[in-house]
Amino acid sequence: MITNNKQNMLIWIGLAISAVVPLLLPNYITVLTYIWVMIILALTWDMLGGQTGYTSFGNILFFGVGMYVSAVVQRDMFSSGLDRFERVSEIVVNLNASEYFVSLAVGTLAGAIVAVILAVILGSGILGMRGHYFAICTLGLGHAAAEIASGIDYIGAGSGMVTPIYPGELALSKEAFYYYAFMLFAIVTFFLFRKIYQSQFGLALNAIRDNENKAESMGIHTTQYKIAGWSIAAFFLAIAGAGVGNVIGFIDPVEIAFSGPTFGVWMIVMAILGGKGTIWGPVLGAVILYSAKETFWTYLLGWDKVALGLLIVIIVVYFPKGVLGYFKERKQLSNSILSQKGEG
Amino acid sequence: MITYLNILIDSPEFLAQLIINGLLVGAIFALIAYGLALAWGVMDIINFAQGEFVIFGGYITYTLFYQFGIHPILTIPIVALVLYALGLIIYKTIISRLLGQKDIFITILATFGLAILMQQLMQAIFGPDVVTADPRLGMLKLFDGSILISNIQIVSFIIAISVGILLFVVMKYSRFGQTIRATAQNPRAAGILGIDIDKVYANTFAINTALCGIGGSLVVMVWTIHPFIGLVYTFRSFMIVILAGLGNFMGIIYSGMGISALENVTGFVIGAEFQAAVIFCLLVIILVTRSIRARRKRQYLE
Repeated sequence: MITNNKQNMLIWIGLAISAVVPLLLPNYITVLTYIWVMIILALTWDMLGGQTGYTSFGNILFFGVGMYVSAVVQRDMFSSGLDRFERVSEIVVNLNASEYFVSLAVGTLAGAIVAVILAVILGSGILGMRGHYFAICTLGLGHAAAEIASGIDYIGAGSGMVTPIYPGELALSKEAFYYYAFMLFAIVTFFLFRKIYQSQFGLALNAIRDNENKAESMGIHTTQYKIAGWSIAAFFLAIAGAGVGNVIGFIDPVEIAFSGPTFGVWMIVMAILGGKGTIWGPVLGAVILYSAKETFWTYLLGWDKVALGLLIVIIVVYFPKGVLGYFKERKQLSNSILSQKGEG
Repeated sequence: MITYLNILIDSPEFLAQLIINGLLVGAIFALIAYGLALAWGVMDIINFAQGEFVIFGGYITYTLFYQFGIHPILTIPIVALVLYALGLIIYKTIISRLLGQKDIFITILATFGLAILMQQLMQAIFGPDVVTADPRLGMLKLFDGSILISNIQIVSFIIAISVGILLFVVMKYSRFGQTIRATAQNPRAAGILGIDIDKVYANTFAINTALCGIGGSLVVMVWTIHPFIGLVYTFRSFMIVILAGLGNFMGIIYSGMGISALENVTGFVIGAEFQAAVIFCLLVIILVTRSIRARRKRQYLE
């Protein structure tokens, strides 16, 4: 196994490259930003899906909640007196630089807090279930959120809302700002999650995955651990959501914020593709899937989502351990063959 | 919301109308749920693509009706056969590889991926529009026209119930039904006694998809469909099964009709824009209450 020090050296080299890349390839900066977003999504999904083995289809809920709460705060913080007769989806707020960043920071934090509160409340009801029940219940949650958001006029109902325009007078462009912000955030998430998985808390999560009844009888309050894990995931996911809402500049309940067929499924597929239950798996899966999607999926025209469905079925049925799991298995196999030879 | 509630209180005919509509359509939901319960009970697989099979069946009826001019009711046996064959193919390629998987996650995600695949394929083939295949059978007027019921709802109710009863009789009294029930009880013992388990599983899954297809062609006659509405049917059938319990035939009919009537009334009171949200929230509420009740007995839902 590679040690933490060696890993860290690799990470620093990678980071040095990724800090320079947007300067060299300014046209691809948005795509590169999304790779960092995808890494965060896959990592947060893996907190519950990989480490405790609880397949959540509803994590997209926190992503969308973060996005909406942040957008509402950004809209209403410095421009009071929303015109009742105006169509919400057409309100565009112009802020100066300091107002923009203050409202962005406050909005992101508010979104994250709301998401954590939701995770604790919903989690205490839902995380007592296991297996099929948990999976279908979370799937219901994600879709319920999309349907409810499309019925609320205050946030633009089905036609969505517009996030504030990035102040034009700054030296740092909008694309560059969000690229570095997401890069920084992904790095923080990665190191923090690695720390968590190496701690006793991470061991408890893994104990739940391996045998929940045994973990419970050893004195671990499994439901509380699961709620804590889900809340951590929700916190980071909501921050990512707030950022993505601003990158796109427009929020729509079904297609963007609570979009099951895109972000909601991608985070699961990426974690599995890389290898769920590991720290590097989701990162690897995110990079592979998103680069693949950007390079050749555009050539598939309308069939890209068909390809996604096909990809899920193929990965899950024939390749359920992911890239890292596959190499681990091969290594174990060759090690056992070598040790047998040594004995002979 | 309160105004809608007042309408219901002021005119009981309207409430009766909503409930009757719900009960009639509920039989179709019960049929679909019966298929889900069958696959769940026998193979321990929950098919997340259940609703997509329903919609696919609906599209076949629609295509046969508009392209070939076959009367929608007469397409039902064709749809059942096509979906039966599709079920066999999907069993061979996907489902049979999931049986005996220890990780429950794999089966869930595989059928979920299948659902996405079918949604997108249907959108690519049939387009994203809302379609219907109304055979125009007219309306039945009750109480001097204060309650209107379209005849197709009554016809589809009768078809759904008779298909359900037919299947129930086959399960209970035929040799074939006996092998399915034996496999559900104990696959290993059934295998030792000479039952071809793989064949039983394949047939069970194909019967499930055929039931979905029949449900789908009834749905396209009574209501409308589009490629992305399938999930709602998956949720409905899941709700019906967990309310009724596995292997409870009459329970599935009762809870199917009950949920459908309840959904109709609450959908009207809360508003049309929240109609789908009602279904999703109802599912979450039912599951959470069951989970809390189980926790009191120190059990859990799995």
